[in-house]
Amino acid sequence: MNESAIQVENLVKKFEDVTAVDGISLQVQKGELFGLLGPNGAGKTTTINILCGLAKPTNGTAKVGGFDVQKETAKVKTLLGVCPQETAIYPYLKGTENIDIFGNLHVMDKNTLKTRRAMLLEKMGLAGDAKRKAEKYSGGMKRRLSLILALIHDPQIAFLDEPTVAMDPQSRHAVWDFIKELKKDDKTIILTTHYMEEAEELCDRVGIIDHGKLIALGTPRDLISKSKVKNLEEVFIALTGRKIREEV
Amino acid sequence: MKLQRVVALTKKELKKTVREPAVLFMIFLFPIVFVFAFGASFGGVGGGEPVYQVGVVSMDQSASVNASQTLLTAMSDTQILNVQTYADNHTAQNALSQGTIQAVVVIPSEFSQSFASYQAAPTEPNAWTNATITLYLDKGSLVATQAVPPIIQQVLATLAGQNQQAPSSPFSLETASLVEVQTPSALDFIAPGMFTFASIFLIMMVAQSFATDRENGMMKRIRITPTTPTEFMTSQVLSYMVIALIQAALVFVMVYLMGFKPNVGIPAYAFAFVLVLMFSLSNVGFGLITATIAKSPGAATGISFLFVLPQLFLGTFVGASLSSAAQVAGKFVPSYYVTDALTSLFLRGAAFTSPLVLLDFAVVSVSCVAILAVGVILYGKYFKI
Repeated sequence: MNESAIQVENLVKKFEDVTAVDGISLQVQKGELFGLLGPNGAGKTTTINILCGLAKPTNGTAKVGGFDVQKETAKVKTLLGVCPQETAIYPYLKGTENIDIFGNLHVMDKNTLKTRRAMLLEKMGLAGDAKRKAEKYSGGMKRRLSLILALIHDPQIAFLDEPTVAMDPQSRHAVWDFIKELKKDDKTIILTTHYMEEAEELCDRVGIIDHGKLIALGTPRDLISKSKVKNLEEVFIALTGRKIREEV
Repeated sequence: MKLQRVVALTKKELKKTVREPAVLFMIFLFPIVFVFAFGASFGGVGGGEPVYQVGVVSMDQSASVNASQTLLTAMSDTQILNVQTYADNHTAQNALSQGTIQAVVVIPSEFSQSFASYQAAPTEPNAWTNATITLYLDKGSLVATQAVPPIIQQVLATLAGQNQQAPSSPFSLETASLVEVQTPSALDFIAPGMFTFASIFLIMMVAQSFATDRENGMMKRIRITPTTPTEFMTSQVLSYMVIALIQAALVFVMVYLMGFKPNVGIPAYAFAFVLVLMFSLSNVGFGLITATIAKSPGAATGISFLFVLPQLFLGTFVGASLSSAAQVAGKFVPSYYVTDALTSLFLRGAAFTSPLVLLDFAVVSVSCVAILAVGVILYGKYFKI
């Protein structure tokens, strides 16, 4: 039996009269690449925010790496690398300077930081632009830099919130290749996306969320097979009666 | 607390200050331009002193008019005031309204009597005959409005031979024991307030910085790292203290180049920088309070003026010629005490160990730490750090 990296029990999050997360329960195994799918506003990001200690659940519990995210937030933060949905970087700093800040916030030693920085810049295709200010980067380059900031400290668990949104196909495939490498390194990854082909390409298992509820959970192949359709996009249509990107 | 995190965030904030054109202008270039503009206006460039045309009307009815004459001579001796006497107030007011002169000084009838009573018993206020010297200013001249009152104050102080042991006089214009400066210019009188003035704009920078980082998701991103609120806030305070120090140094260099050369030692300068550093804490605090209220960087800029303007108008040289009520109100803003302490150090020749300066320092320290604490608590309550 695999060890659980993430355990979520009956998670509920309400914002006044809106229930963003409505009783979600799931487990993610160590080394698993788990996809959290759903349209915009389904509750994916709120779930991620709870898992990394940014938001307090209205009800339920969540554990990351065996630590309760509410009671042992500091320990959870040492395990995590989070790439937020918005492209959060310091525009006035160079690519390398952005990376160094986050390396230092994770108290990395100088040599390790230098080595990982060079490796990640190379893999994400930013080595040639590393000394330029981030404000000069294209949208796709900024997203890739944002991903590096999340992973510079070599976290055991990575939350990647829509990492390829608004990327050109070339950048998107570069990020996919990178995520596959992370999985080979036995990292646990939660990937939120509303690109169903991305989930099919990358994820071991997926959970489909709609209106805050987990409406399906399984491997992409199982979900497709059970619904007797051709792909995950059609699984979503079969489950909800509408397309996943209708609400975008 | 991990020093590595604090240093990284402090360096980031300092790089931002240097690299963002708007921030760079507001923090560093604005004070330089400001000092140059005001310094030039108040006669700090070109080696020559400004001369203000002042009319004097003596109503002194005393048999002996020596005191009025002494006052006239003292005013002329400043070499900043070109004194013309007028037979009556009406004629002088006409000249003022025509712009021929920039101020009218009316010496009251009891002036000589008042002066004599003061000389007879300088430490016994009950024995004094009070006298009110009336000053009319050319309201169309900002320069005259700002510069003439402190000059008249200084002349009266010199006339009364005031010192720190006898800090008051029977004259209604309160004076202080001013200056070791040999040929004081108006710049000398406003220079202490300039140090305070520059630092006040940190409020806006802090508010904008926090609001921007919140809006673009950087604050959230830092919260996901193991960085503690203490480490984060320490880095912010440190970076703005460094900025305040550089600002003060720049302002000092500018006013020095423009002729402000007070005859004080290194300890006084060192103490002045410590004062400015303490003052920067309150500006960070006010900036955090602003960032708590503001929902966006634009709103932060606007709301910051709620804190900038009172500090500016009530606590720096700008307030020198405001109403007495405004000057009383000034005692409720930290900048007033910073300017007052710097004036005592640089112009009154007070030692930094003198009771007046130490009291100012104590007020600045306590109020600024308190304001910072309120800012941190409020921001932490509404926006997690």
